[in-house]
Amino acid sequence: MTEPRLTVAGDPQGSPAGGAAPPDLAELLRSSARGDQQAFAQLYDAVASRAYGLVLRVVRDPSQSEEVLQEAMLDVWRQAARFDSDRGSPLSWLLTIVHRKAVDRVRSAQASTRRDTTYHQHNQPVEHDSTAEAAHASMEARRVREALKTLTQVQREALELAYFGGYTHTEVATMLDLPVGTAKTRIRDGLIRLRDTMGVGQ
Amino acid sequence: MNDVHALSGAYAVDALDDIERMHFERHLAECAECRHEVDSLREASGILTEAAPVAPPAALRERLLADIATVRPLPPLVQEVPRRSRRFPLLVAAAAAVVAMVGVGGVVAVTQPWEDGSSVPEAGEVVVTPKAVTEVLQAPDAESVTRTFEDGAKATVTRSVSLGQAVIITEGMADPGEGLVYELWLQRDGRMKAAGFMPKGPDNVVLLSGDAATAEAVGITVEPEGGSNTPNFESAVVIDFAKA
Repeated sequence: MTEPRLTVAGDPQGSPAGGAAPPDLAELLRSSARGDQQAFAQLYDAVASRAYGLVLRVVRDPSQSEEVLQEAMLDVWRQAARFDSDRGSPLSWLLTIVHRKAVDRVRSAQASTRRDTTYHQHNQPVEHDSTAEAAHASMEARRVREALKTLTQVQREALELAYFGGYTHTEVATMLDLPVGTAKTRIRDGLIRLRDTMGVGQ
Repeated sequence: MNDVHALSGAYAVDALDDIERMHFERHLAECAECRHEVDSLREASGILTEAAPVAPPAALRERLLADIATVRPLPPLVQEVPRRSRRFPLLVAAAAAVVAMVGVGGVVAVTQPWEDGSSVPEAGEVVVTPKAVTEVLQAPDAESVTRTFEDGAKATVTRSVSLGQAVIITEGMADPGEGLVYELWLQRDGRMKAAGFMPKGPDNVVLLSGDAATAEAVGITVEPEGGSNTPNFESAVVIDFAKA
């Protein structure tokens, strides 16, 4: 395994598209909770691209992003038994852990930058290799983009700054020149619209 | 806080600061509607990741799989122990090697009543903005120890050695009783030094006064209002940093 994979692996053959059904993440989590390392590897393969894409958007720096994803996935392994299917999908549970780790990382970096100006220049942004992700115009991506169009511009901006920027709603309000206290409403409204358009979480 | 429910979206995407998050999580524990909403909004935010997947380097997979081989998965959460009444405060004396205590002079209780301003600082107290608290909680070297008491109350101490400060966050602490107060202490070399008071009320966030960098533990005792020169060991709870 030396090549990064782009396909949603996790299906045993590693065959892109068609054929094998997508792996049952809930089942893989249950097996992981019992210490099944192979199940965890399959789980990782099934979610890694989405999780890493998310971390990279929030953290930016690739080497830090790798650390964050590694820590987050280690948490997933550790906490697998705590996944509760009554509360949502396995993917959502897992991405919540990953997102939180990414946000924690950027906020603590920000806190230490404020304290110590010599802190290596914002971890100098490294150009990340985007060849693998290029032109991934999957059906899903298109669907998401369409759904995002149903949001008002300010809802979309607020949501993206919060989710991908890792900013607090108060910071988002300032960035978008919104009255304090309204960004949280925009974020919530945007999520509700997205949820209803995509028909998830109900 | 006008409408706590409205924070559900920001909470779902981790867009609350630490203190707001703590508040909202307390609200979540009691509001099934918000729990349901947060869950559904997290499904929605998760969808956003469909748009830009990026394959991580293969080496990461190898490191991770090597890691998990050495880490034991946690057990599932089983039925929680039912909470007992909060009639009387503290618990089990922790005793420890708490020997004597040093000078009290100029103790400052440092609290932040962020919610309703109900706890008015007394003379001599220094009120610090939540910023100082947030900085400790977000410090890269922040370490936390949580102590859960017999009555279900919880106290979490977070310390940053680099900042030399510690914050204690309590949830559901029993009332110390008429004319009594919870006093906080920092233990160094086995000695307790007064580090402020908890304001009234079960849930508080307090920045301890004094240098926490070299402290070994935080003590909580019940004392007569105004505090004591020496901690009342009978009531002492010691939260040890060694367990961070």
